[in-house]
Amino acid sequence: MNMPNSGDQSADALPPPERRSDSAFAIMWKEFLKAPFSAKFGFFVIFSYIFVAIFAPVIAPYGEAEIAGDQFELWSQQFLLGTDNLGRDMLTRIIYGARNTVGIALIITLFAFLVGGILGILAAVVGGWIDQLLSRTVDVLMAIPLLIFAMLLLTIFGTSVINMILIIGILDSTRVFRISRAVSLNVVVMDFIEAARLRGEGLGWITIREILPNIAPPLVAEFGLRFCFVFLTISALSFLGLGVQPPTADWGSMVRDTADLITFDDYTPLIPAAAIALLTIGVNFVVDWFLHKTSGLKDEH
Amino acid sequence: MSDILKMLAHRISLGLLTLFAVSLIIFLGVSLLPGDAAQSMLGQAATTETVEALRKQMGLDLPPHTRYLQWLGNILQGDFGVSIGNRREISELIGVRFANTLFLALFAAVIAVPLALTLGVLAALYRNSIYDRTVNVVTLSSISTPEFFVAYILILLVSVKAGMFPSLANISPDTPLFERLHKMFLPAVTLTLVVLAHMMRMTRAAIINLLASPYIEMATLKGMSRARVIVHHALPNAWAPIVNVIVLNLAYLIVGVVVVEVVFVYPGLGQLLVDSVQRRDLPVVQACCLIFAATYVLLNLIADILSIMTNPRLLHPK
Repeated sequence: MNMPNSGDQSADALPPPERRSDSAFAIMWKEFLKAPFSAKFGFFVIFSYIFVAIFAPVIAPYGEAEIAGDQFELWSQQFLLGTDNLGRDMLTRIIYGARNTVGIALIITLFAFLVGGILGILAAVVGGWIDQLLSRTVDVLMAIPLLIFAMLLLTIFGTSVINMILIIGILDSTRVFRISRAVSLNVVVMDFIEAARLRGEGLGWITIREILPNIAPPLVAEFGLRFCFVFLTISALSFLGLGVQPPTADWGSMVRDTADLITFDDYTPLIPAAAIALLTIGVNFVVDWFLHKTSGLKDEH
Repeated sequence: MSDILKMLAHRISLGLLTLFAVSLIIFLGVSLLPGDAAQSMLGQAATTETVEALRKQMGLDLPPHTRYLQWLGNILQGDFGVSIGNRREISELIGVRFANTLFLALFAAVIAVPLALTLGVLAALYRNSIYDRTVNVVTLSSISTPEFFVAYILILLVSVKAGMFPSLANISPDTPLFERLHKMFLPAVTLTLVVLAHMMRMTRAAIINLLASPYIEMATLKGMSRARVIVHHALPNAWAPIVNVIVLNLAYLIVGVVVVEVVFVYPGLGQLLVDSVQRRDLPVVQACCLIFAATYVLLNLIADILSIMTNPRLLHPK
């Protein structure tokens, strides 16, 4: 529409979209200010973790696997949180843990959403025997508790980060499949989908342009919850010695390495554990607020 | 009544089918492994003849479907095969440990169930009060907390600082009951805290859902007392969701037990599973996973059956 306009006019035409994006940002900011304290706290936690993860090499006083002092040194000026069972600085490893543990959990969740989301929407749109096949397979896979199933598969394929990403990602995608299929089924019966089909739009168009925007809010909330679940699961596996392997700094295995200190009245093992808990609590608070906003449960406020 | 029987039969056959499929997956998963149990038992140095002989002895030369049926048949008779690590009968290893795990889960359930139901119902009845909001924040936080965090905080506070309960739950079959309960107290409390939040939130949601139904509003509008509405109108319909909440959380307990057992060095099935995964002792892992999965499936089946059997609409057909 703006094509025929000359230069100065298009410069005049520029501000509106900018103002619109400004107001969208303003709306978000307003919503954020109205959010309960727990949600603000959640956002604060998430952003500080992202900051630490990105700038880990700058913030950390030592190298990730560097042996900086003696084994199990106490908290001091030199080692703010002491050292671990090999003499590596705890604070440094906690900072790098933000990168590794959170990064791996994020990759797994994205992978699970890619697989589960696509298959779930496909099952809802196509229906028929494909839906039956996928749904029954997922039923059976979900009948086995995830942690137990993951341990069996890790025994078979060996414990490594890549195996863990693939195994947990695929097992967790069954849960994503369930929810994305369920929410898509509600949308598939709408008239505008029928209209798109009659227009002759392909499967890809219908999925991306018609269904995806309508199922985004519940999927975003689910992403937060699945991230927490995956994060706790890989922390548990690493704690059991079956997840992230040394020398990669990881919160679950750090708790395992320093666990003996607890009987000497030392708080050190609690710190990586608290780092795990704090992030999941933060994400849960944000998701809880988001769910209330999008599901229209006004009486809950 | 025939309706209810038909539904029960349907559920039970579906549950058995799931069990069958689960056993098939666990069997097939292990068959995917390159090499086989005979090779790993004898190690790389073994001659081809001895490996072949052991394969024959273990029946590994048979076709997969025969092996599966044999394996399943043996398990149904309580024979889980032999551990690769120490060549002991797996059923011997598992027996006492499984009983220990169930005992721990039961101990936790005895504390958690009444507590969670009471707190959950209260939160539903006094919805949006300060109490309800506090409960929401506290339970959200405790759901988000890894089991080992709760466990180590308890060890630090109750065991190391206060010295009231031991941090090791290393019981043996001849530990007397009182000492056993004393040693198991911390693992049981950890499990309770882990499962309590889930149970409370589910109870609260179920009750709120129920109180929003039109017949409850009708009863209230008729001028009935709140107690009568709850006991005579809400409760008969509340049993199904409540029973469901309890059994589903018991299933959750059975799985959550793994990490807790490792922290407290409790001689249960979960610890055996973790040790065996580290040693890659496949037959033991296979057996443990099968038992965990079967318990999980059975508890879910029980939840389904109980919620059908406590549904007043099905119990009083027109």
